[in-house]
Amino acid sequence: MKLLTANFLVCAVKSCKGSPAAFPLHLRDVELELQDVDFQPEFIRNIIPRVDWDGLNQMANELNFTNIPQTKPEGETLRNEQVLRDLHRLLLETQVTEGKLICGNCGHEYTIKEGIPNFLLPSHLV
Amino acid sequence: MSRPEDVLPPDLFYDDNESRKYTTSSRIRNIQVDMTHRALELLDLKSPSLILDIGCGSGLSGEILSQEPSEQGGPHTWIGMDISPSMLDIALQRGVEGDLFLADIGQGVPFRPGTFDAAISISAIQWLCNAESSDVSPEGRLRRFFEGLFASLRRGGRAVCQFYPKNDIQRTMISGAAIKAGFGAGILEDDPGTKNSKLYLVLTVGGGGLQGDITGVVDGMNDVDILDARRKTMERSQTPSTRKGDKAWIMRKKEQMAKKGKVVKANSKYTGRKRRPAF
Repeated sequence: MKLLTANFLVCAVKSCKGSPAAFPLHLRDVELELQDVDFQPEFIRNIIPRVDWDGLNQMANELNFTNIPQTKPEGETLRNEQVLRDLHRLLLETQVTEGKLICGNCGHEYTIKEGIPNFLLPSHLV
Repeated sequence: MSRPEDVLPPDLFYDDNESRKYTTSSRIRNIQVDMTHRALELLDLKSPSLILDIGCGSGLSGEILSQEPSEQGGPHTWIGMDISPSMLDIALQRGVEGDLFLADIGQGVPFRPGTFDAAISISAIQWLCNAESSDVSPEGRLRRFFEGLFASLRRGGRAVCQFYPKNDIQRTMISGAAIKAGFGAGILEDDPGTKNSKLYLVLTVGGGGLQGDITGVVDGMNDVDILDARRKTMERSQTPSTRKGDKAWIMRKKEQMAKKGKVVKANSKYTGRKRRPAF
């Protein structure tokens, strides 16, 4: 699972709907992997406005990444190819293969196996 | 041929064997490829986008999204959801580029509001009409799915869901649930009346560049006839079909009375006819 995808995930449990603590989900015990993905500057320019930068920073802290810019790159910065390549590497090529996603509100654990998170819920939580 | 939806729930029906057959059958592959291209045409994406693939299975449709050439707005990045572990396993073995999720679409769509540019679904959402246990209902599953989908699409986003309804009841149930969730909805039917007929539920979220209503989606496409069911229902509500005392009303009343076992005069050509002025 790409870090970009993790930035869009919220807890699926009914009682967490609309709760601010349900985003972002916290990564625990993760194994990361670098996978080659074709570089598409246009896609990154399209998706960056939708990325939640605070959530990304928090996630990067949990993963001990330190070289994340504090503020979201905007406007002219997104013309700079090196900035785009760094973002591409972080958001699309860095992938979570094993681990857990934990909701900050209800504490539900979603396990990630072979890069596939399990979002099936028992029916009383739906 | 029996419908897989009537046999078993999707996570059990698509076991290792069935998933392998589904993915390797060249007939199914070709149909899936055609339908995905048609859906992409309806989505009308201009630049590389983030797409949700609902019921992605082994990634047959996702592959097309990743391979879309740049002159047609691609390649797109996609995130797939499916309930069958065996299907996802095959997707892993095939090394698809999208992210995969093991999830039940009837339990909602676990993404932040405004995440996706578009959503695509090939032969999946009819499964929502089946409830496998007594604590869930098809209506509830459809409602959660469409509400979640509506929220996760950005303003002006579109979704195209190709589906196989069992009958007209399922068809109206699905499109009704989509409209209730707030979508602008229309159904495109390819090859109507034949065995190969394919239904596409086209959904739009307001606030985008689409001018006018849902019929704007098919502007400029060849061989598409527009049947507007809304206009028909509007006309029907304006002119009540029978007025008290006219012939149709009399016939209906006579039928009602006959059903109750009352003695009713036989119908003739004079029934309900106006008398001449009495003076």
